[in-house]
Amino acid sequence: MEGVGVQGYLAVGAVLFVCGVICMATKRNGIGVLMGVELVLNGANVNFVAFSKFGPLGLDGQIASLFVIVLAAAEAAVALAIALNFYNNHLTIDVDRANELQG
Amino acid sequence: MTPETYIQTGTTLKWLLGLAWLLPLVGFCIEIYGGHWGRRLDPASNGKKVKLAAYMAVFCIGTGFLLSLSAFVIWKGATDVQLVAAAHDAEHGDAHDSDHAGGHDDHEGHHADEGHDHEHAGGHDHDDADGHSHEGEARGQSPDESEHHEEHGNDPYAAAFSGTFYELAHFGKLRIAIDYYIDGLTLLMFCMVTLIATCIHVFAIGYMSDELTEDYEDHFVHLPGGKHFHRPGRFYRFFAFLSLFSFSMLGLVLAGNIFQVFVFWELVGVCSYLLIGFYVERHSASTAANKAFIMNRVGDFGFLIGLMILWTYFGTFQFANTDPASAGEVGLFQMVRDADGHLDVAETEEGSIVSLHGGEGRTIPYWLLIAAGIGIFGGCIGKSAQFPLQPWLPDAMEGPTPVSALVHSATMVAAGVYLTGRFYPMFTPEVLLTIAYIGCITLFIGATIAIVATDIKRVLAYSTISQLGYMMLALGVGGWVAGLYHLITHAFFKSLMFLCSGSVIHGCHHEQEMTKMGGLYKKMPITAIAMLIGVVAISGLAIPILNVGLSGFYSKDAIVASALAFMSGNRDTISFFAIPLFVMPLVTAGITAFYMFRLWFMTFAGPPKDHHVYDHAHESPSVMTLPLIVLSVFAIGCAWFGILENWILTAEPAHVAVGGTSAHHVALSMPSHHAIHGVHHTAGIAALFAAVVGAALSAVFYWKGLVDPNLVKRSFAGVHHFLVEKWQFDNLYDAMFVRPVHIVARWCTAFDKNVLDAFLHWLSRLTLATSSWDRKFDETFVDGLVNLVGSSTYKVGRSLQTVQTGSLRLYVMFIALGVMALFGLLFMFFPSA
Repeated sequence: MEGVGVQGYLAVGAVLFVCGVICMATKRNGIGVLMGVELVLNGANVNFVAFSKFGPLGLDGQIASLFVIVLAAAEAAVALAIALNFYNNHLTIDVDRANELQG
Repeated sequence: MTPETYIQTGTTLKWLLGLAWLLPLVGFCIEIYGGHWGRRLDPASNGKKVKLAAYMAVFCIGTGFLLSLSAFVIWKGATDVQLVAAAHDAEHGDAHDSDHAGGHDDHEGHHADEGHDHEHAGGHDHDDADGHSHEGEARGQSPDESEHHEEHGNDPYAAAFSGTFYELAHFGKLRIAIDYYIDGLTLLMFCMVTLIATCIHVFAIGYMSDELTEDYEDHFVHLPGGKHFHRPGRFYRFFAFLSLFSFSMLGLVLAGNIFQVFVFWELVGVCSYLLIGFYVERHSASTAANKAFIMNRVGDFGFLIGLMILWTYFGTFQFANTDPASAGEVGLFQMVRDADGHLDVAETEEGSIVSLHGGEGRTIPYWLLIAAGIGIFGGCIGKSAQFPLQPWLPDAMEGPTPVSALVHSATMVAAGVYLTGRFYPMFTPEVLLTIAYIGCITLFIGATIAIVATDIKRVLAYSTISQLGYMMLALGVGGWVAGLYHLITHAFFKSLMFLCSGSVIHGCHHEQEMTKMGGLYKKMPITAIAMLIGVVAISGLAIPILNVGLSGFYSKDAIVASALAFMSGNRDTISFFAIPLFVMPLVTAGITAFYMFRLWFMTFAGPPKDHHVYDHAHESPSVMTLPLIVLSVFAIGCAWFGILENWILTAEPAHVAVGGTSAHHVALSMPSHHAIHGVHHTAGIAALFAAVVGAALSAVFYWKGLVDPNLVKRSFAGVHHFLVEKWQFDNLYDAMFVRPVHIVARWCTAFDKNVLDAFLHWLSRLTLATSSWDRKFDETFVDGLVNLVGSSTYKVGRSLQTVQTGSLRLYVMFIALGVMALFGLLFMFFPSA
């Protein structure tokens, strides 16, 4: 597996991150937005792991990525609960309808 | 008396008199609050309920009398003073001993028991640190009786008890305390004041009964439209003030230091102010109250100066310390005079200096001692209405008649004479001469004005002034006993006469002019007889051979005798000036008889002059006549058997009986008892003769009508006018003090209005202008700045509001774009990183 340097990892991470951001920005479905969040988090995770391997982070990068995974799980749980409640109240999970906190 | 009995007796007396003193104060509090709330709570049945105030007052003062009487009995038992004709009086063999014959028998018993045959009244047993006691005893046993009498001074401290009720404050060495000084004089004053006040209280229940209404019509206050002033009755308030008055007077008498005397002195002044101005809606009453108060302030200024001198040089206010256990601490009297009553004067380059006894080697310049004496006497001038502060007293007639009786006999005016008597050891011969002349002038002025007065109460008021002059004269010429003797007898017959006049006024429906009375004897016999007793008593009439007279005879006799002895003793030194001191009281004795009988004849004898008054006149109810009867008894008999005289004698200062000469600024010789006794007979005959002439003249003019008084009035129109105008005193004071004060006051008003007010107005305008500028600055700049900050913050907030769309996707876009922008910036500014 020679020839795959840190640039490859970072490229994958960046692609993942941008995909996630676009997903969040374009999806009106709440679940879709959550999926975008997962993509963003995992893009970051790829970077952590890549720097853990090639950079000065060492094991810290992997630990950080583990934390991010745990955090993503917790966030997914909370976000899904919000989504469910939102659905109960509005019979939709269209995030554009969730504009009640508008200033 | 052993120290134990001394302490025991002192404590008993202290509490008895203290209670008698404080009871009227308790009465006052209950009456004033009870009356006030009683009216509030139950306005409908005002009448009977509020009369309780009167009963309360009578109860308090009556109990006070009983307590005083029991205190007297205890005091007499403990000090074994002789109150009935002492042996030394008899040996002089003058007409005087027949006066005392009645009392002589029961006196024998005392003598046998106690074995002090020639003990002077007030002779003493307890040990004094000075050893004076032994000296006195030794002299008492001297075989030469007349010499004994010449030289043996009284020992007033032997029968006196002093101490402290309560210490109020200590300022450095200045000690302010409620002290007591109880001797024969205190007890006598207590008994006299409480007895007379009780009679007056009872009388007032009847006299003031028309105040027992919710709608009292004051006929002397004319409102526009011909109406009279209406107000709620003030029955309870009257009695409350009477109680307070009694309390103040008793406190003054009980006081053991001069400062305390001053406090109660002022309280008496306040009470008289309240009572003289009782009918406050009457203009005359309120001005009379002011006049009395202000004139007394003039005198009290002197009092204050005296107090300051005394405090500076003596360092104490206490009169005397009579406690045998602590004789080291001494009071004013003991500091200024030694046990024999002599002043210790030394001549130095700086003038005469009086050394004070009692350690510390204090001294006082002689002239300052004179100044202190005259200062204190100045207070007495005001309080006892002496020349030149006498005009307040006749005006004080504006108060209700019971008040006049109280003010003019037992309390207010008595206070001045009492203090002069009490403070006697402090007075140097120069001061005494001043007192004598003041008294001499006063007695003549008062008597002459009384001749022409037609208001029944004013005649009595002027006679009071005159009689007070007698008392002061007696004190001034060395007749200490005579002056206080007259104070007591005068208190009885003058209160009697005032109450009689009150009864007349009440019976005639508030008619006071004697020119409208006449023939009232038939309508009100009890009042008429009581008044006649008073008139005879004050005139000093007596039966010549038996030498039996009413009370006034004895005391006036004593005064005239003192004056005669003084005059004959000082012929050489002050020659011509000594003569009026005897002639004036003698002449005035005649004038007194004249105007007093004039009063009686005009009121009670002859044909009725105003039938309207006569037809409506009626005898007063028994609640008013009963006090008259009681007082009549005392006016007749209080001086009999020599009890009263000897009672006073127990408190006589040591130096009085001995007499003696002084040669400091004025060479004076004060008459001794012996000298006074020597001329007693002559003086008595002369005074009696004068009185008889006066009374006879009065009968000629006003009873038999042999000479028409109007004829005399016309032929002496100038004199008459002068007397009616009260010797021009009011006009003189008006011109000398009142009008200048008014002018100065107007100047001050003008200055105030034109200068001070103008300046103040200018200042206020300046402040106003400054503040309006300040306001503008505030509004424009300070407020503008603050508002700018506020409004710009608000605007920023408003503009940021549009960013918060609530759209999640947009927020994500913002985040993404923001991060990109941050990256962009980062690369732009830190390209190397």
